[in-house]
This record gives sequence, structure tokens and C-alpha cells, in this order.
Amino acid sequence: MQKSVLLAGVAAIGMMAASLSAQANDELVQMQQNKSDWVMPLGNYSSTRYSELDQINKDNVKDLRVAWTFSTGVLRGHEGGPLVIGDTMYVHTPFPNIVYALDLNDNGRIIWKYEPKQDPDTIPVMCCDTVNRGVAYGNGMIFLHQADTTLVALDAKTGEVKWTAVNGDPKKGETGTSAPMVIKDKVLIGISGGEFGVQGHLSAYNISDGKLAWRGYSTGPDDQTLMDPEKTTHLGQPVGKDSGTATWEGDQWKIGGGTTWGWMSYDPELNLVYYGTGNPSTWNPVQRPGDNRWSMTIFARDADTGMAKWVYQMTPHDEWDFDGVNEMILADKEIGGQQRKVLVHFDRNGFGYTLDRVTGELLVAEKFDPAVNWATEVDKTTGRPKVVDQFSTHHQGEDVNTTGICPAALGTKDQQPAAYSPKSGLFYVPTNHVCMDYEPFAVSYTAGQPYVGATLSMYPAPGGDHLGNFIAWDAAEGKIVWSNPEPFSVWSGALATAGDVVFYGTLEGYLKAVDAADGKELYSFKTPSGIIGNVNTYEHGGKQYVAVLSGVGGWAGIGLAAGLTEDTAGLGAVGAYKALSSYTNLGGQLTVFTLP
Amino acid sequence: MLKDLRQRWAVLGVAAMTLVALASAHGQDQKDGQAAPEAAEKPYLIKDGKVDFGTYNGYRRYEAYCLRCHGPDGAGSSYAPALVESLKRLDHEQFTDVVVNGRKNVSTSQQSVMPAFGYAEDVMLNLEDIYAYLKARSDGEVGRGRPARLPKEQDPVYKERQES
Ligand code: HEC
Repeated sequence: MQKSVLLAGVAAIGMMAASLSAQANDELVQMQQNKSDWVMPLGNYSSTRYSELDQINKDNVKDLRVAWTFSTGVLRGHEGGPLVIGDTMYVHTPFPNIVYALDLNDNGRIIWKYEPKQDPDTIPVMCCDTVNRGVAYGNGMIFLHQADTTLVALDAKTGEVKWTAVNGDPKKGETGTSAPMVIKDKVLIGISGGEFGVQGHLSAYNISDGKLAWRGYSTGPDDQTLMDPEKTTHLGQPVGKDSGTATWEGDQWKIGGGTTWGWMSYDPELNLVYYGTGNPSTWNPVQRPGDNRWSMTIFARDADTGMAKWVYQMTPHDEWDFDGVNEMILADKEIGGQQRKVLVHFDRNGFGYTLDRVTGELLVAEKFDPAVNWATEVDKTTGRPKVVDQFSTHHQGEDVNTTGICPAALGTKDQQPAAYSPKSGLFYVPTNHVCMDYEPFAVSYTAGQPYVGATLSMYPAPGGDHLGNFIAWDAAEGKIVWSNPEPFSVWSGALATAGDVVFYGTLEGYLKAVDAADGKELYSFKTPSGIIGNVNTYEHGGKQYVAVLSGVGGWAGIGLAAGLTEDTAGLGAVGAYKALSSYTNLGGQLTVFTLP
Repeated sequence: MLKDLRQRWAVLGVAAMTLVALASAHGQDQKDGQAAPEAAEKPYLIKDGKVDFGTYNGYRRYEAYCLRCHGPDGAGSSYAPALVESLKRLDHEQFTDVVVNGRKNVSTSQQSVMPAFGYAEDVMLNLEDIYAYLKARSDGEVGRGRPARLPKEQDPVYKERQES
């Protein structure tokens, strides 16, 4: 064991030297093969959040114990998770967006700390808490997208700033919350601010000097969306000229949202980067007639040029705030007797999609929570959901309260990433089980002011006393294999391992390990604060570790802290009627687990 | 500019207050035959558990502009204080002052920022209603969730606004 780690180390050093001339892409493709490390937020370019490590397995995971802990010194909601590269762990925080490099050879001693000075006026234009979903590594640098949209390149060894680039303007409501991704010689980053009427985009900066290489907007004319009217396709059909303005009234696309605050994936063979776009602005659908392309869309773009190869709009003319930004998991699967390169995506709208990632063909679209009711099904040819009038907030109209819509605006699943185990063939998905009433009303746009236009109230899905489920999903069949109810929404990214164990965190603060085959709980430990971070694993000195950030907050902390309904605790109600604040409190902390 | 705005809103506020105070006193009369002494301080009107249009609109506006930080129904969140509790302490003027001008509480251990809504027209135009709703919640007169509305013909606030 020691020997192989040593060898890996030597190989890594050799590779680092080579990468000075070679492209960062090769470096990362190599590095993600090394199971000891955790080199990008979702584990690898395919975003599987799967590790080959198997020292911790379903038989011994019950013996797990805390190895060491680290306080981040920040109280706000901690999304994302640390990276591990060789002997160093990189931990980030919500605003003020501190990055720590911790020495794994010395119980997490701080090697360096980077803390930017940012205008506190950025804080209130962040949607829901001041979260940040993590940093990226590439070419000896750590990349951070700060709340104020500064993209900064830090020397991974010293924390020294190599360059900075400005990706947006917080005065217009543009902020940074998502994690960058390094592809070849570029670092790619999205933008947040869907509730402020910004025009969303994905931008690529040169890793060498921080200059903008390309920017593809979600809405706008072809030269802004980087689309070819003939070659870019939607479900096999050419999108046509200026498809990013054609389904908007007048200039509305300019403040049309379609922000890109979720995750990216990359297929090195196809050289395509995949990501999703968020809600169209405003939340009042009556005010923006049309399909509102390309909000709520899965994009496949050429990583070098940004040109869109194919797109698929999941929720045309959104009426519920079902952002399409959740992670795109790349896998190879047999579907209907045919081997396919697929993309699997669990959308806020409650449908689990399986697409051919080469062509963008829609293969499977099924509900991953039976409570989902706003649409009956998705038409495989047109790709359109069959919307139920009763739950259509546009059909019901402005100033009408449409009731009983499932899921709620936070989606059957939000950004918390799922995991895929090639060993079990299953996807492990953290989900919400919450419904809502939604009343749209007219709003006017002012730059830098919220552009929302709907009132909503949320409550537990009918018949249940729980707000979340942790499920296993068969993406070829579009079926739930098993489902574990959780008292609160599961807002933590899952981890699957070759030890046949799946890990996730809960809002009360438990780190849980379950059997990959049947979901049986094998271990649980209550960390100091609610978990909205993603679980990681790595190996150091011949031992496997599992790491997770605690720190309740984010949309989950805002929505659930006080519970969703009248406090009926006195009447003996349980589950959904309880306030999250009676279980946990604020506080950013990293907890690292291992076997004795 | 900000001063101008504040004055304008203050005037609006006084007008609205008088309006609802009247309405409120009227409501009390209906209910138990005599005006309660504190009736004039209640910016809301409630009959049989049903609220006037202003309070109802305040709920809608609160959920649209304030929920994303203060949590559903003014009940507080992991991010910002429970306004249901705050209004037991803050008077109308203090409330308006914080919303118009914002408040920052930023230190090494805290990053707490209440935005200034002085320039946010949609918020300012509805601030008295938001106050009325939160006050009703704070006084324990309105529960969690969407409050039931008085029928139009029984709602003096609604009638008043239709006319103006
Ligand atoms: C971007 C987040 C955010 C939004 C949106 C927001 N607030 Fe606040 N608010 C805060 C924070 C944070 C504080 C606490 C500030 C402090 O620590 O001093 C606060 C404080 C307050 C206070 C003072 C409470 C007290 O106990 O002293 C009032 C009143 C208030 N907000 C009203 C509102 C109203 C009304 C709205 C909607 C129109 C609103 N807020 C929208 C974040 C927000």
C-alpha cells in the first residue's frame, strides 16, 4: 500500500513537471485517475462523485471515527467540499470566501490562507445566503470565483495571487457562487443572479493570463449565444437563426436570466462541456410570453470555442422556478439493448433525464419523486413536458394563487450533486419532498434590485411527514430502486465508493453511510452543524479518509430553519412540522473520518 | 434623493396609517361594540380570522421581497432575524428606518447585511402593508401561511383603495 502511494507520488511529480509544457487538460485527466486524490469538486470530469477506494467498506464502516476537525471561522451556509491534491487539502468558505491550504502530513496545519477584501454590499444581492460551491485546481493553481465575481488564480503552493479577472457586476445583481472547472488551457465559470434579471453566461478565461477567451450567453442573438443556426441542434433539429431571442418578447432576453450557477461536466473525447441554465426572469410567467429559450436548458458546448453543439430545453416557459442547473453525470450505459454514452440529469422540475450526450437525443425522462404533479410526462419527440392546467401558474394567471404544486420552487432536487457507482450501476440522489402555492404578480425591472414577481409558500408533500428522500435511481429504466425518507430535505452532495458504501449528510448535521445495494443505514455521526456540503474521500499515508463540511444555511437554512408550517409540536406532530433550528445551529466546520 | 424619497414615503406612510387606523377602529366597533383603547395602533384589520386587503397584500409582498432572507412568514432563518420577534421591540419608525436605509453588521465573525430598500420602488410602495402584516403576525393575530382575506364588500381598506 505504502509503496503504491509512493509510486503514485513520483508519477504525480513527473506529471507536474511535464504539465508545464503540456496542456492542463492532460494533467487533470491523469490526476483524476489517481484514487488517492479528490481533484475537482465532483470528483472527476464525468461528475460521478465515485471513488475506487475500498478500504472503508460496508462491513467496517460502522467503526468509522473522527480523525480530525477544522473550523473555517465562518458561520454562513457551507456548500461544496474540499479538494485533495497530494499532501494538501484545499478548503473554501462562503463570503468572505476564504481559501485554506491544509497540510495533511500535519493534522491539517494551515499552510496558507487567502482572504479577499470584498465590498459587503455584495452580500444582499446574493440570492439565498452567501454560499460558494468550491474551488478548482489546474496547472499548479487554485481557482476561486468570489462572491463579487472576481475570478482569482492562486499559486497552489503559496496562495500568492497570479491573476484576477472580473466576470460580472454585483451592482447589477451578478454574483459568484459556483465552482470553476479547468479544461485544457482555460478555466470555465458561470454566473449567479437569476433573481435580479441578469443575462446568464458561461465564460472561459485563459489559464495563463486570465484573459477572456470566449463567453456564451444563455439568451440573445447567435453571436452572443455562440450558436450556429444550422449546426447547433435541439433534439436533432437545427435551432434556426437567433433562437435565443426568437421566443422572447422584445428585448426581454437582455434581462432574461438563464444563469449558470450549477455544475459543469466534460467529455475529453468529444471535447464537449455540459451544464444547465437557470430560470427565466421574472418569476411571473405572464410577463414573459414564449418559450424563453435558452433558459432551463442543458447545453453541450465545444470546450475550445464555446460553440453550442446541442441544447435541450427541459422546462420551456418556466412557471415555477425550476432552474435547470443541476449536475450532468456522464456515464456509459446500455439503454434498450444499445450501448450509449449518456448524460444523466436530475432536474429541479422532478424529472430524471437520460440523454445521448453525443447527439443530445432524449432517451429517458421519468419522475424521480412520485409526488411530482405539475406535468404528467415528457413527450420524447418534442421534449416538452405535458403541463397540467391546474398547476400552471400562467394558465391560472396573475394575482391568482395556484395551490398544491409539486415540487416546490426548490425542486425535487437542488444543486446538491448526486453520485453514480459504475459498480452498482445506480445513481444516488439527495432529494426534496416539498410542495407549494405560487402566485405570480406584475413587477418592474430596476438594475440591481430583485426581479422576482411571485409569492410562494411551501409545505410538506401531501400525506407525508418528511421533507426529503435519499434515493437510488436506475437511469436506463427511469425507476426508483430504493428510497430512504429523511425528516428534512437532503441538501448534501452524495459520495459512492468501491467499498459498496454511499455517503451523504443531512440538514440536522448527520453524516450517514448506507449500503449501496439496499440503502440500509450502516453508520451515522452528528457533526456540529447541518450539512449542505458534499462528501469527499481520499487516501493519505495508506489510510482512506472521508471528509465533509458542516455549516447549515443556503436556501435550505432559510426555508426550513423555522419549519414550514405552524408549530404544532405541542400537538405531538413530528417530522415536517418541526423547525430545523431546534436541531442545529450555524457554524462552518470540516470533519474528517477514518477507520481506527 | 434618498431624503426626498424618505419624506415621500413618510407622507405616504402617514396617509396609509390613518386609513387603516380608521378601518381598524371601525372593525373593532363591529366586533365587540366598543373600540379597544389600542385600536389606533393596529395597522391591520381582522374579522373572524380574515384580514383586510392591505394586510393580505403585505403577506404577498413580504414573501416576495423578504422571505429569501428572513424566512417564510417572518419566522426567521439561518440567515436573518425573525421579524415576528423584532416587531415586538421595534416601533414603526425604527422598522421603516432599517428597511429604507439598511443595516450592516460586518466583522471577522459576522457578515450580516440588511439591504437598503430606499430605491426599490416595489418595496417602498408596499412597505406599510408589509408592516401591517408583520405587526399582525407579531401580535399573534395572524398565523403561519397565507392569511384568509375579508370578502371585498366587508373590507373598507379594499374599498378605499379602489376609490383612490
Ligand atoms: C438579502 C437579505 C435580506 C433581505 C432581502 C431582507 N432583509 Fe431584513 N435583514 C437582513 C439581515 C441580515 C438583518 C440583520 C442585520 C443586522 O445584523 O444588523 C436584517 C434586519 C432587518 C430588520 C431589523 C430587525 C431587528 O431585529 O432589528 C428589519 C425590520 C428588516 N430586516 C426588515 C426587512 C423587510 C421588511 C424586508 C423585505 C422588504 C427585508 N428585511 C429583506 C437581511 C435581509
